[in-house]
Amino acid sequence: MEPIVVQNIYKQFGNVSALHDISFTVGPGELFGLIGPDGAGKSTLFRILATLLLADKGKAMVNGLDVVKDYRAIRRQVGYMPGKFSLYQDLTVEENLHFFATIFNTTVKENYDLIRDIYEQIAPFKNRPAGKLSGGMKQKLALCCALVHKPSVLFLDEPTTGVDPVSRKEFWDMLQRLKEKNIPILVSTPYMDEATLCDRVALMQNGAIMQIDTPPAIVAEFRTKIWAFKSDDMYRLIRDLRAHPEVKTCFAFGEFLHVTMTAGPEEVSGSLTAGGHTGLVIKPANAGIEDVFMALMQAQTQPV
Amino acid sequence: MTQSAITTTALTKRFGNFIATNAITFDVAQGEIFGFLGANGAGKTTAMRMLCGLLRPSSGEARVAGFDIYTQTEKIKQRIGYMSQKFSLYEDLTVKENIRFYGGIYGLSNRQIRDKTADLLQRLSLEQEGNMLVKALPLGWKQKLAFSIAVIHDPSIVFLDEPTGGVDPITRRQFWDLIYESAAKGVTIFVTTHYMDEAEYCNRISIMVDGKIKALDTPAALKKQYGADTMNEVFLQLARAKS
Repeated sequence: MEPIVVQNIYKQFGNVSALHDISFTVGPGELFGLIGPDGAGKSTLFRILATLLLADKGKAMVNGLDVVKDYRAIRRQVGYMPGKFSLYQDLTVEENLHFFATIFNTTVKENYDLIRDIYEQIAPFKNRPAGKLSGGMKQKLALCCALVHKPSVLFLDEPTTGVDPVSRKEFWDMLQRLKEKNIPILVSTPYMDEATLCDRVALMQNGAIMQIDTPPAIVAEFRTKIWAFKSDDMYRLIRDLRAHPEVKTCFAFGEFLHVTMTAGPEEVSGSLTAGGHTGLVIKPANAGIEDVFMALMQAQTQPV
Repeated sequence: MTQSAITTTALTKRFGNFIATNAITFDVAQGEIFGFLGANGAGKTTAMRMLCGLLRPSSGEARVAGFDIYTQTEKIKQRIGYMSQKFSLYEDLTVKENIRFYGGIYGLSNRQIRDKTADLLQRLSLEQEGNMLVKALPLGWKQKLAFSIAVIHDPSIVFLDEPTGGVDPITRRQFWDLIYESAAKGVTIFVTTHYMDEAEYCNRISIMVDGKIKALDTPAALKKQYGADTMNEVFLQLARAKS
């Protein structure tokens, strides 16, 4: 059986459908991403898999163990890094690590191999209280604490949120190295660009999975032609394009706007030039995960 | 010549032996969208708190909206707006109560508050939600509301500290529509973000590394200077060089 199996999970909080018919599996050594904004249901799903919350309906297994019946066994086997920083702020880096090792009846020394790469980066600060670390350092320590008992499955809930691009890149490099140790990793993120770093992803919004596949397959399946637009006055360009009858969608994408149209670009560009736009650049653009995500969001017309 | 909204000269803040902000010098023009980037711990928040009149510098000079940051901090606070992901609205007040509360703080008259409330709810399509508690709103709506409230007193500068964290890609772009709209009206936008695609939407960007400004230019010029295709590459090159 696959290390993580989720079958038709539902969870309701009052009137809000936090999770709606969620199903997927994660294979051995697979890095699986839950991609979606706050409120998509990612953390609720983690809490169910980490045996901290009961689903209303559906079934989930971790290492072949049932998340409801076998919760004690699961808790010993998984490493869980919650979205909110949950280490002891008043304990030092080293104390936190020893604390988590002790809870799991092990020692830092016994599993040091697994965390060496990561721990060495924060070792210079080992006597600093965890609460005084920078964002990136905190995340590295939290990952060490989640790994110190040599878990057979790793749950990482938004490990890179609010972390700067350099620390984010370092964190993902660490996950790639962990993969080589054959630990399946379920990781969530609101940063769409991080989807491409996963083996497979589930795109989530409003408690539902909109699509599951490898990132290249998701992009390849997206058939809508996207055009990149740029001019000297981007704010006016956005407004003019949105007002144009042939333009379906227009979103800012870094230096360019990504535009989908019902006509060819020449018809639109004519009216832009006539409207006084200078420095106009129009070229075909490759869709990315974020383009697909937005298209799926718009198709998901109402919350489930 | 365009009047400067912010001007700093060798602005410095020390905490004991630690220099959080190290002699930064820059100008921001009125109506400019200025991206203030840097790694976690690079000194952005310290600099921003000084510019908002919340923290007294150790040395150096700065004027914000024409006022001195040592002696005229109360004047500065009246002329700026501020919003961050962490602090924005009162969750246990309704949408209208939040507008009324902030309008009151900034000294708007009852009549102004009434007009602003109607205008704001209509622009954000929140007419139906006016009497809802803010905590019941989706995050994206909260952030758009928070921005609109941050500019309710028509400030000349608005400081945005990672305003778009965690929101979905469509809402994130709608938020930037609001930013563009305000900038087009002449409001200066001073914004921090960890989304490097958003850095491209700024007129100019500064990148702080270890308390100093390591680069300051338009996104296009920075990409050219560092031989990079994206701002993300520029950022990685600069912020990584330190270690």
